[in-house]
Amino acid sequence: MNRLQVELPGLSLKNPVMPASGCFGFGKEFSKLYDLNKLGAIMIKATTEEARYGNPTPRVAETPAGMLNAIGLQNPGLEGVLTNELPWLEQFDVPIIANVAGSETEDYVEVAKRISLAPNVKALELNISCPNVKKGGIAFGTIPEVAQELTKRVKEVSAVPVYVKLSPNVADIVGMAQAVEAGGADGITMINTLLGMRIDIKSGKPILANKSGGLSGPAIKPVAIRMIYEVSQKVNIPIIGMGGIESVDDIIEYYYAGASAVAIGTLNFTDPFICPRLIEELPGKLDELGVHHITELIGRSWK
Amino acid sequence: MIQQEMMNIIKHQNIAKDIYELTLQGTLVQEMGEPGQFVHIRTNSGVDPLLRRPISIAHIDKQLNQCTLIYRAEGKGTKLLASHSVSSQVDVLGPLGNGFPIEEIQRGETALLVGGGIGVPPLFELAKQLNQNGVKTIHVLGFETAEKVFYEEEFAKLGETYITTVDGTMGTAGFVTNVIDEYQFDFHVLYSCGPIPMLKALEDRFKERKGYISLEQRMGCGIGACFACVCHLAEEPTGAAYVKVCSDGPVFPIGKVVLA
Repeated sequence: MNRLQVELPGLSLKNPVMPASGCFGFGKEFSKLYDLNKLGAIMIKATTEEARYGNPTPRVAETPAGMLNAIGLQNPGLEGVLTNELPWLEQFDVPIIANVAGSETEDYVEVAKRISLAPNVKALELNISCPNVKKGGIAFGTIPEVAQELTKRVKEVSAVPVYVKLSPNVADIVGMAQAVEAGGADGITMINTLLGMRIDIKSGKPILANKSGGLSGPAIKPVAIRMIYEVSQKVNIPIIGMGGIESVDDIIEYYYAGASAVAIGTLNFTDPFICPRLIEELPGKLDELGVHHITELIGRSWK
Repeated sequence: MIQQEMMNIIKHQNIAKDIYELTLQGTLVQEMGEPGQFVHIRTNSGVDPLLRRPISIAHIDKQLNQCTLIYRAEGKGTKLLASHSVSSQVDVLGPLGNGFPIEEIQRGETALLVGGGIGVPPLFELAKQLNQNGVKTIHVLGFETAEKVFYEEEFAKLGETYITTVDGTMGTAGFVTNVIDEYQFDFHVLYSCGPIPMLKALEDRFKERKGYISLEQRMGCGIGACFACVCHLAEEPTGAAYVKVCSDGPVFPIGKVVLA
């Protein structure tokens, strides 16, 4: 039996490691570096109904052990993703988790309805937590009732299970998680980026053209761990954990906190081979821990 | 093909104020081709700073498996890189991006190479390759001040070389455009790398000419996945169309992208 095999709603994962949305494009660039079949799944870049250019540059700024980004959901739009990106990904035996974004409920519903019918899309990740767009995005992710209603509306039309990506920019993360669970979510992915800003000391102005951006990388890992620790004890749906993972020890920490699978984001930029490397290292780590199957680790910190 | 390799540091020296010349050895060099490509370097083994640093390739020696990079130690990452000593190793990802097309100019023709500051290094490999192809090169290299000037002699060996400094401490006082406007060089193809205002000034003058410019932009991944370094296209300056500096560039035909 495969010690890394993980079964989640809609997702039969040969291992629990996947690149996080927005850090992997639609896979083409990384496919030149390694065989994407090695991945547990791929969370593709957020798709909106219409193509988006995104924000002006500079779009990234480095921070201690992290980075800020304000890309602004640049993507080729639903048609482009359905016509070019998803069919190309069909050559790989890897489930695709399609990140769905919008500015109005109707946008989310439309994208979810159509993208969930693509043969290799096995789950949706509802992006209610992007901090870098003026309308929608994070607004849906900070008011529990709004998040619940949106989840419900998307669930009604989606042909595949729906995971909701939670924003850490809230006072009560458990309340948000429970709201999306009540809305019918099949799972939760967390956390999205934390809102942040850097100011250029020469110009005295924010470095990012968008002024503020989303903080990611190892700097945010403790925030994610705390939130997953709390949420996993209060909901009955699985969590895919993310935020600053750079080693197998980090993956274990996410499992102990209560995650059932993990996504790797920013570290793909630092080490483009990080996903296959950690997948390869995981069995050795399980041996070291005296654990046969990775799922035995879920929630160990509070069980 | 893009490779990741721990490359050996063969030589590492300070060649002008804050400017370092770093010679690396490794099999990755065999993948390098056109001048103007870059490598993405991890300046430390930890996660602070987190991102790699894009640095252009100044010289390629495939026989020795060596390449030379020239960079300015200004921020946290490049200052850390400057502290690496000879015989240690650095984590290099590359070669990345598309360089200057050298086949766009014929033997016997003249290329005008214009560089500004830390945009000068990739022009050195370009000048070498063009010279090997029998192309005459004229170099106009702009710097802030005399103590930041580098490679003036190396360029002079390859062709007519003009140095400008903003403060007039070496060569012509002012900008590269002062020299260009004064001499009105006769050339077939323009190749340039440097700060945006300089590239804009060149574009204003040579929009109708055959030319290629290399852009600098803050990058995340360096391979085209993160969408940090995108530019609008000149034909559709506010539309959804774009190019990525890291993987579609960094070299673009003059006038193709919006310089912002």
